[in-house]
Amino acid sequence: MKSPSPEEPRRGFLIASINGLMGLITAALALPSAGYLLGGSKAKRPAEWVPAGDLTKLEANVPEQVIFERVRRDGWKTVKEKASAWMVKTSEKEVVAFSPVCTHLGCAVSWDGAAKNFACPCHTSSFGTDGKVLAGPAPRALDRFAVKMDGSTILLGEIRQADKA
Amino acid sequence: MLNKVRAWVEDRTGLESGINHFLNEDIPASSGWHQVFGSMALFMFLVQVFTGIMMALNYAPTTAEAHSSLRYILTELTAGRLMRGLHHWGASMMICIVVLHMLQVFLWGAYKKPREATWMLGVVLLLLTLGFGLTGYLLPWDNRAYWGTVVTTQIAAKAPGMGPYILTILGSEDGQIGSVTFARFYAAHVLILPAVTALLIFLHVFLVRKHGVAPAPVETAPPIKFYPRQVFKDTVAIFAMFALLFVLAVAVRVPLGKLADPNDVSYIPRPEWYFLFLFQILKYFEGPLEIVGSMILPGIAVVLLFLTPFIDRGKAIALRQRTGAIGVLILSLIGWGGLTAAALSTTPHRDPWKGFTAEEMAAIGTFRQAECWKCHSSTPGDSRPGPNLADIAVLRERDWLVKHFKDASGAAGQGVKDLQWRRLATFLPKLDDENVESLHLAPQTLVTGAMIYQQNNCGACHQINGVGMKSGPPLNGVAKRWDRKWMEEHFIDPESKSPGTIMPAYKFSPAEMTAMLDYMMSLTD
Repeated sequence: MKSPSPEEPRRGFLIASINGLMGLITAALALPSAGYLLGGSKAKRPAEWVPAGDLTKLEANVPEQVIFERVRRDGWKTVKEKASAWMVKTSEKEVVAFSPVCTHLGCAVSWDGAAKNFACPCHTSSFGTDGKVLAGPAPRALDRFAVKMDGSTILLGEIRQADKA
Repeated sequence: MLNKVRAWVEDRTGLESGINHFLNEDIPASSGWHQVFGSMALFMFLVQVFTGIMMALNYAPTTAEAHSSLRYILTELTAGRLMRGLHHWGASMMICIVVLHMLQVFLWGAYKKPREATWMLGVVLLLLTLGFGLTGYLLPWDNRAYWGTVVTTQIAAKAPGMGPYILTILGSEDGQIGSVTFARFYAAHVLILPAVTALLIFLHVFLVRKHGVAPAPVETAPPIKFYPRQVFKDTVAIFAMFALLFVLAVAVRVPLGKLADPNDVSYIPRPEWYFLFLFQILKYFEGPLEIVGSMILPGIAVVLLFLTPFIDRGKAIALRQRTGAIGVLILSLIGWGGLTAAALSTTPHRDPWKGFTAEEMAAIGTFRQAECWKCHSSTPGDSRPGPNLADIAVLRERDWLVKHFKDASGAAGQGVKDLQWRRLATFLPKLDDENVESLHLAPQTLVTGAMIYQQNNCGACHQINGVGMKSGPPLNGVAKRWDRKWMEEHFIDPESKSPGTIMPAYKFSPAEMTAMLDYMMSLTD
């Protein structure tokens, strides 16, 4: 392809033009596509506080799974769905709400009453009642919901990452 | 290192020598700018494949979610409107290029022996391109898509003998368009048509290579190589076309209309511009003759086009020796252009606010009264402090919106009643690309009229655009029944115009009366 041809005096210019114009077209398609695929949704909405149970009904320091309903934007849909949190009442006025998602690879953790820890069924990570990693490959403690009290009603907000275990 | 990799790949696959072989084809020295259209058509196909895949990555192909997922692409994703714009305008551009390609081949007599099969494959590719347009038209699942496809399937349903079978294949056994038809059109658009088209393009190009590019009647110079001179011309033409397409996609918004509504009798269905001539033909054939316009004439045209190389068997290639062929071509172009122009000129213009109920028109009044427009534009691309209502979809719940209205409107919103706020909160999320600009375009006098209509609870007896009670006469088309003066006197003293009526008298101020009458007179069927 690169050998010069005697009958085509402007060969270099022609080839440069072909490559340049095709490059421009490629860029004009590739750059918006990158934005389209990587940009995410522009309609970000802050997490709202959702009621999730009554503090007075929880037993102190005994983790309990609480199911609640929340509204989530799922792509083009706004869905009302069930979600759950592991709640640990730490005092008469305070409660900690752990996300039930293992910080390793996302399996659902559950409370092992006999071993007194949260256990992940996938890769045997386990967490204490304070959420800290006791064993296994989990990189950090269980994530926590932001918690706010309205009387005795527990309100849950965003899920926040705990510090590294 | 790079050379080693190249040599390895070449040794194992023959890739480089294959490309060189392809590029170094001999073409006639007469080749030039008139032969760029084939490459352009192929490039357009690739653009459609690319943008189509991009949209499919965020599109749910079911009647339940197609519209909302497309709205998500348009209003929530970066460059979403660009992707859809490129795909939409790309479809039109592809039709144009394919037709130009055929015109060039026809004018240069390049369909003649031994290139008959190349031409016939080309005609099939034209039909496939139109098939893409037809099936893609349904996929936004808005009113335009729905009603356009209703008409298309009804035409197919009238095919003698085969009608019911065609309807069944189109997933519309009972004559209704729904989930099954949608799935069929989607599958055709993204699975069947692309596969068949790609295969036929391959065969078409294979035949072009087999017979070589058609030479001029007299070739004076020895053949040249395809690369780089002709490739350069093709590339320049492709770039110019792509630049135009890009500008169209950015500058001319393709609206996503209201969600498909089988009960919306106010919608005026029109096909895409390249099918308008067929649409227009149907107006000239009525009753039992309808099939002449819908099947026989288009069928004959396709057969003639397909068999062109066998009908025109003359060996002459030069234009001057082919007056007959050129005459037929010019007549067809005039016929096509005339039908399309006639269809365009009879397409009625409809103001986007004409479909609103009185409650919705009055909500526009609330929007203006509370000066919401100070922060929220409804002109596409216009920038103001708050989100532009033409560029985003309102997704908030009603309670949030009402609270926001009250908090954000300040002094301007003081006089607005709770009911008005709630109606505005119901109205805004329902706006779409086709009517959102009514927020600033709808004439104020009509909006004021609608607000007075609401304040006086006229809907308790009357109906506008299908909403309200029917104990009094529906008000759409009232201007056809009575003139303005009659209406005014009727408002002041109904008994004098319609003895025995239960309608009470209304004492409007002169300004209110003007607005009310303007609104009444604007209500079309």
